[in-house]
Amino acid sequence: MRVDTMEDTLVIKGMEFRSRLWVGTGKYRDFEETAKAIEASGADVVTVAVRRVNITDRKSENLLDYIDPKHYKILPNTAGCYTVEDALRYSRLAREAGVSDMIKIEVIGDEKTLFPDVVGLLEATEILAKEGFIVLPYTNDDPIMARRLLDAGAAAVMPLAAPIGSGLGIRNPYNLKIILETLKAPVIVDAGVGTASDVAVAMELGCDAVLLNTAIAGAKDPIRMAAAMKHAVIAGRLAYRAGRIPKKLYATASSPLEDML
Amino acid sequence: MDNSVVGSREAGGKANRIPKGMRFFYFMRLTVNGETREGLHATTVAELLEELRIVPGRVAVEVNRNIVRKTEYESFELHEGDAVEVVNFVGGG
Repeated sequence: MRVDTMEDTLVIKGMEFRSRLWVGTGKYRDFEETAKAIEASGADVVTVAVRRVNITDRKSENLLDYIDPKHYKILPNTAGCYTVEDALRYSRLAREAGVSDMIKIEVIGDEKTLFPDVVGLLEATEILAKEGFIVLPYTNDDPIMARRLLDAGAAAVMPLAAPIGSGLGIRNPYNLKIILETLKAPVIVDAGVGTASDVAVAMELGCDAVLLNTAIAGAKDPIRMAAAMKHAVIAGRLAYRAGRIPKKLYATASSPLEDML
Repeated sequence: MDNSVVGSREAGGKANRIPKGMRFFYFMRLTVNGETREGLHATTVAELLEELRIVPGRVAVEVNRNIVRKTEYESFELHEGDAVEVVNFVGGG
C-alpha cells in the first residue's frame, strides 16, 4: 500500500506546508553543510536570526545565497531578545528585510535556561498580531499560557520540549497532550529534542510539527541525522493518524489459540 | 523630507545640515552598526549602502532607531551623527 503523506499538509493562516519538520540554520560548520542538511531534512520552513551585517568584511557570504527563499519559507526569529522592546524591534526589522510576515517570537527570561519570559511574550504577541504579523511564539509547555497566546492573536503556539539545545527530549508529554486537546490551533514543538525517537514521540502525541536545530547541527553527521529526523516526523505522524493500540499490562496472543496439537 | 514614517529627526543634528550643493565636498561621520565611520560621502541611505557595498535586497535599515522603508532609501537623507543599523539574516534556530 502506498501511504500518501502529501494530503496531510500543515496549514497555518492559509499557508500550506508539505513537511512537518521545521529546521534551524544555526551552529553548522559552514553554509554548504547547512544547505545539505536542510535538503536532507526535507523541511520547507527554515528559521533564521536577525543580526548586524558585517560591514568590515564585505566578502562574507550570505546565508540566503545557500537557502533560497523561493524554495523554503524563511521564518525569522527574535532569538537573543530579553525584552518586549527588543523582540518588537527585531520582528519589524525582519519583516522589512522582506522575506515574510511570519515571525517566531522569543522573549528570553534567563540566560542559563533560555526559558521564555511568558509575560513579555504575551505582550509582544498581542502587539505584533495587531501589526499584521503571523506570530509564532516560542513558549513554555503550559496549557494556560498557550491559550492566552492564542487569544492574543498567535497563529500557532510553539511549546518547548526541553531547554533549547539540551537534547533532553519531550520532558512533559502530558502537558503537551493537554495543549493539543484544548487548543484549536497548530502546536509546533520547538526546542529540546535530541534524536529521532524524541521527534517521533512528539508527532505520535499529535503535535502538528517539530522545529529543531541543535539535534541536527550538533550531531556527528548532521546530514545523516537530518534524514533520520525527516523519517521520524513522517513515522510519528503516520502512527498518530493510524491510532495506536491501548497499553495493557498483560499479554494478548497474536497467534490463534485454536487448532493446537 | 518625509517624516511620516521615521518620526523625529532631531537627533540627526539639524544644526549640522549641509546645503545639498555642498554635499559633494563634505565628509560625514556616522555610526554604522555600532562603529563610528568617518569620511563617508553618502548623503542618503541608498548611497550609504552602495558605499559600504551592501546589496539592498535582503537587508533592513534603521536610522536613529526608526526603520527606513526600502522605497525610501533613495530619498532618505543622512545627517552628521546619525546612528545607522543595517541587519540581515544569519543562521539561527
